[in-house]
Amino acid sequence: MAAEIDINIVKTFPSRATIRARIRYPVEASTVLILFGPSGSGKTTILRSIAGLEWPEEGTIQFVSRAWLDTASGIRVAPQDRHIGYMPQDYALFPTHTVAGNIAYGLGQLSSHDRRKRVDEVLDLFQLRGLEVAKPRELSGGQQQRVALARAVAPRPLLLLLDEPLSALDAPTRLHLRDELRNLLKQLALPSIIVTHDWTEALTLGDVMAVISAGNVLQVGTPIEVFSRPQNADVAHVVGVETVVKGRVVGSANGMLRVTVNGITLTAVEAESAGPEVFVCIRAEDVVLERGGTAASSARNHLSGTVTTVTALGALARVKIDCGFPLVALVTRSAVEEFGLGPGLPVVAAIKAGAVHLVSRQGD
Amino acid sequence: MMNWIAIWVTFKLAGLTALVLLVVGLPIAYWVSFSRWRWKFLIESVVALPLVLPPTVLGFYILVAIGPHSPFGRFYSELIGHPLPFTFEGLLLASILYSLPFAVQPFAAAFEQVDRRLIEASWTLGVSKLSTFFKLIVPLSKAGLVTGAVLSFAHTMGEFGVVLMVGGNIEGSTRTVSIDIYDEVQALNYAGAAKTALFLLVVSYLVLLAVYAVNRNVWAAWPQK
Repeated sequence: MAAEIDINIVKTFPSRATIRARIRYPVEASTVLILFGPSGSGKTTILRSIAGLEWPEEGTIQFVSRAWLDTASGIRVAPQDRHIGYMPQDYALFPTHTVAGNIAYGLGQLSSHDRRKRVDEVLDLFQLRGLEVAKPRELSGGQQQRVALARAVAPRPLLLLLDEPLSALDAPTRLHLRDELRNLLKQLALPSIIVTHDWTEALTLGDVMAVISAGNVLQVGTPIEVFSRPQNADVAHVVGVETVVKGRVVGSANGMLRVTVNGITLTAVEAESAGPEVFVCIRAEDVVLERGGTAASSARNHLSGTVTTVTALGALARVKIDCGFPLVALVTRSAVEEFGLGPGLPVVAAIKAGAVHLVSRQGD
Repeated sequence: MMNWIAIWVTFKLAGLTALVLLVVGLPIAYWVSFSRWRWKFLIESVVALPLVLPPTVLGFYILVAIGPHSPFGRFYSELIGHPLPFTFEGLLLASILYSLPFAVQPFAAAFEQVDRRLIEASWTLGVSKLSTFFKLIVPLSKAGLVTGAVLSFAHTMGEFGVVLMVGGNIEGSTRTVSIDIYDEVQALNYAGAAKTALFLLVVSYLVLLAVYAVNRNVWAAWPQK
């Protein structure tokens, strides 16, 4: 039987956009679903509805064979009975409890011997040894995040819900913990749903991604699918990064990295923690189009290709170019007219090295 | 010579009142701070009523309510064998009602301060609402609970009008310190009144000192261990 998560909910607010969310996807042991959208889009409300902390007026939430919510037949399963692990954005660690106390908090039904054993296991798994008796306020941001995750995971939940798990951290820590979190999620083999507004997190952590804007689910698909083939202009606008292709770092010099994509070599500014296998991400507005045989420019990357499609977007136009890999550029309508841009036209795409973002990924 | 019997009655009354309010006040305060019922303010105002009502008015209604002409009063006399007014039990009931806001309001204020996200986190960890209350909300509201208990104790210690209306002035049973001071002054025994008054002043001051110290957390700056 194909296990799946099926969410179909409506929730209205007095002063915000109504949430009408329909997400349905097959779930395996370690499937990570990303709820991606700008702040205020309703992604946190959807997550809280799945946790049972928010009650939609109408709809159903089905997790594998369990109905958690079915307003038509009056099913409303309390958060206590859903067997979920939930980590809110600011972690909500219990200030009156120690690290070990926080982790043991949800293990009330175990015998004291089993509880101690489980706390020990989890302390080891999350590398929290030595911090057992510390209070949450004595911990660093990264440690607090690990304790919150440990606490959520300790009772062996069926589903893990993480609300912006990395947003409370400073940038260098975030980058480091992003990779750590991905490894941990794979190791736990626990289906998870993660809310984020950061596209690099969506790309690194997610197996499935739902793009949410103004309370609506615009597209559900694998992250690379959603980024490189947005269903419509709204999705493209929300995700903001339209070119996402797999690449490989082949060399570095003077703080610059050389990356190959389908045999094409690009230059990027050296980024932290970018392994040899990377996603190469380029925003459409960072791509400048030139007619062939161009003069010298400061941009490090000049890619020759041909235009495949041109789509008008108000005063702007989205131009898709085949330059060994599909590349999307955003240019003004007047530029389209001036250049006579149309399918089949040869162009050169110029991209600054700093606009080529590398996000590490698991090797194939 | 201080009236030690009156002091004992007063402490017994205040202590029992604070104890009962700790038990009765917690669910009321929990409901006041967590209920989303639209008409909640109606109940909140009733709880706060003793703050503004003259003690004689409150005492009068309690006297009527527990007297032999009311159904409750009749039921009580049939059950126990003697009527409730002018007994220690009657006075205790009146004190509990009179001091209710002094317990419920600090309790409710403390519960309001508890971060809702902590409570939600507890629920998602499979812990019931009742267990969450005792494992999480009570420890986080400790200062407010102490404040409520101490204030209702202190408030009961100083009550006069309600005692006079409901309790009367029976030595060893309903004659409290404040009544005793009044009697001494009436008898022009200023020296006796002064001693007892000073005693009450010192005790009240010490009690409030404890409340403020708890709330300011003056011990937090002390080195631990």
